[in-house]
Amino acid sequence: MDLIARSITHSYGGMVVLDDVSLTVRSGEIVAILGPSGCGKSTFLRILGGLEKPRGGRVFTQGEPPAKTLNPLTYVFQDFALIPWMSVEQNVMLPLEHHPMADAERRARVASALQRVNLTEFAAVYPRQLSGGMKQRASIARALAVEPAILLMDEPLSALDAQTRDLLMDDLIRLWNETRFTAVYVTHNLAEAVRLGHRVVVLSRRPGRIRDIVEIDLPHDQRAESSPDVIRAREILWSLIREEAITADREISDAG
Amino acid sequence: MPDNQAGGATPGAEVEVPFRASGFAPTRVPFVAGATFAAVLALWWISTKAGWVSEFALPRPDEVLSSFVEIASNGTLVKHLGASLQRLLIGWTLGALVGCAVGFGVGLSSLARSSALPLVSAIFPIPKIALLPLFILWLGIGEISKVATIAFGVFSPMVIATFGGVDSVDRGLIRMAQSFGVPYWTIVRRIVLPGAMPAILSGTRISASIAIILLTAAEMIGAQYGIGAMVLASGNLMQTDHLIAGVLVLSAMGFAVSQIIGMFERRLLRWR
Ligand SMILES: Nc1ncnc2c1ncn2[C@@H]1O[C@H](COP(=O)(O)OP(=O)(O)O)[C@@H](O)[C@H]1O
Ligand SMILES: [Mg+2]
Repeated sequence: MDLIARSITHSYGGMVVLDDVSLTVRSGEIVAILGPSGCGKSTFLRILGGLEKPRGGRVFTQGEPPAKTLNPLTYVFQDFALIPWMSVEQNVMLPLEHHPMADAERRARVASALQRVNLTEFAAVYPRQLSGGMKQRASIARALAVEPAILLMDEPLSALDAQTRDLLMDDLIRLWNETRFTAVYVTHNLAEAVRLGHRVVVLSRRPGRIRDIVEIDLPHDQRAESSPDVIRAREILWSLIREEAITADREISDAG
Repeated sequence: MPDNQAGGATPGAEVEVPFRASGFAPTRVPFVAGATFAAVLALWWISTKAGWVSEFALPRPDEVLSSFVEIASNGTLVKHLGASLQRLLIGWTLGALVGCAVGFGVGLSSLARSSALPLVSAIFPIPKIALLPLFILWLGIGEISKVATIAFGVFSPMVIATFGGVDSVDRGLIRMAQSFGVPYWTIVRRIVLPGAMPAILSGTRISASIAIILLTAAEMIGAQYGIGAMVLASGNLMQTDHLIAGVLVLSAMGFAVSQIIGMFERRLLRWR
């Protein structure tokens, strides 16, 4: 299933957040959206999945989702959004409960999702007992359990420390290689975008506009830090976001 | 010492860094609670025994105990306590259920919020016991007017607590559920209700103590049976030993209610 955004424009009060953003995400690719904090990335992602109505423009999907898909457009949130009074298992089960299916299949889906993120032995545990990385893996399991056609990930690693981030990035790459899901991956981190994205969409600072789209035509396992292609992609992206980042940084500190 | 190496021993005596973070962390010392009660009892007993306080104003603890044993054994206590507990239970349950339901309405729907919330806010500051005479006129002097007073007194704090709880539920969790297509009533049941539960339980605590106050007052105004009526009658007969026994029963009742709520809290809020 493809995801198509046409001329998305959005504003809060008088403040324009997104200005004429158009984007097509093709089935099976990971599109990273890179931009400085406050440029409207989260807003754009909420609009893509129908959690917010844009002031202008429309979002379409094209093509049928896979047969097993229960929730075509599925989010992974930066703050995990795990329900504190439900165990990991119950959290993963929640989005399945309203779908008509045999209890056994529901349980099988939960078990397989937990197994794919290596959380099987923590099924009965409450979220507060988990480390940050495990929380995000639980939230990824919840997303996998509905077999999404398109994953919408909003800075899924930003709340984690650096080592955990590396490990989870490896997990994401492994998961993508297993199932070749389609994803929009929002980040303000250049390294993450280069590591994961097949295309990197660079947004300008507020109001968010597409500055450029950089293609990274390399399989994930050939993206070593030292590889010339990776270095080149990083340099191109850095030159695109450097000035924006500096200005955005100053703007935020001016605003207090 | 070479120039490029940082650090080095400074001459002078070593001074230990003092600990500065003491206090502001009170904990419970075992047996102190029991000792305090024993001390108060002893003071009471000695002051009445020695005649510092007239026996008429404050009977001796053993007299209070024997009058408690008396009313407990001759069936008076059961009669009065039974009447009180029945009113409390019916009145509180009614008020709490309706209050909870209205609180959810106010927390979830714009229409209910605009219509019911101002009304509840207007009712909230009325001392509910002032309405008892009106309820007696409407509903008669019997049980219903007392139960209605209690229910009414429980209703508004329960609405406010529930509404506050519903309002404080993490919107991120609700958005998450919506993003997975979870139906409205499932969200209410699985996310909003448990999320509001801490506030509902603290509302339960507050409203239970209000209910006991109203119960006693209503029974003093017009009831044949009930702990409030018993206390009032003992006062009229100047039987201070009976009176204090009755007050202690009220204290025990409040304590028991708070223990029960505490039990529910531990059970329902285990995830915290
Ligand atoms: N619900 C909202 N109401 C008002 N302003 C908002 C809201 N959500 C986001 N904003 C503002 O819109 C801008 C873009 O926000 P966001 O999309 O969260 O940026 P990003 O995810 O790129 O950091 C920010 O300035 C933010 O303060
Ligand atoms: Mg964001």
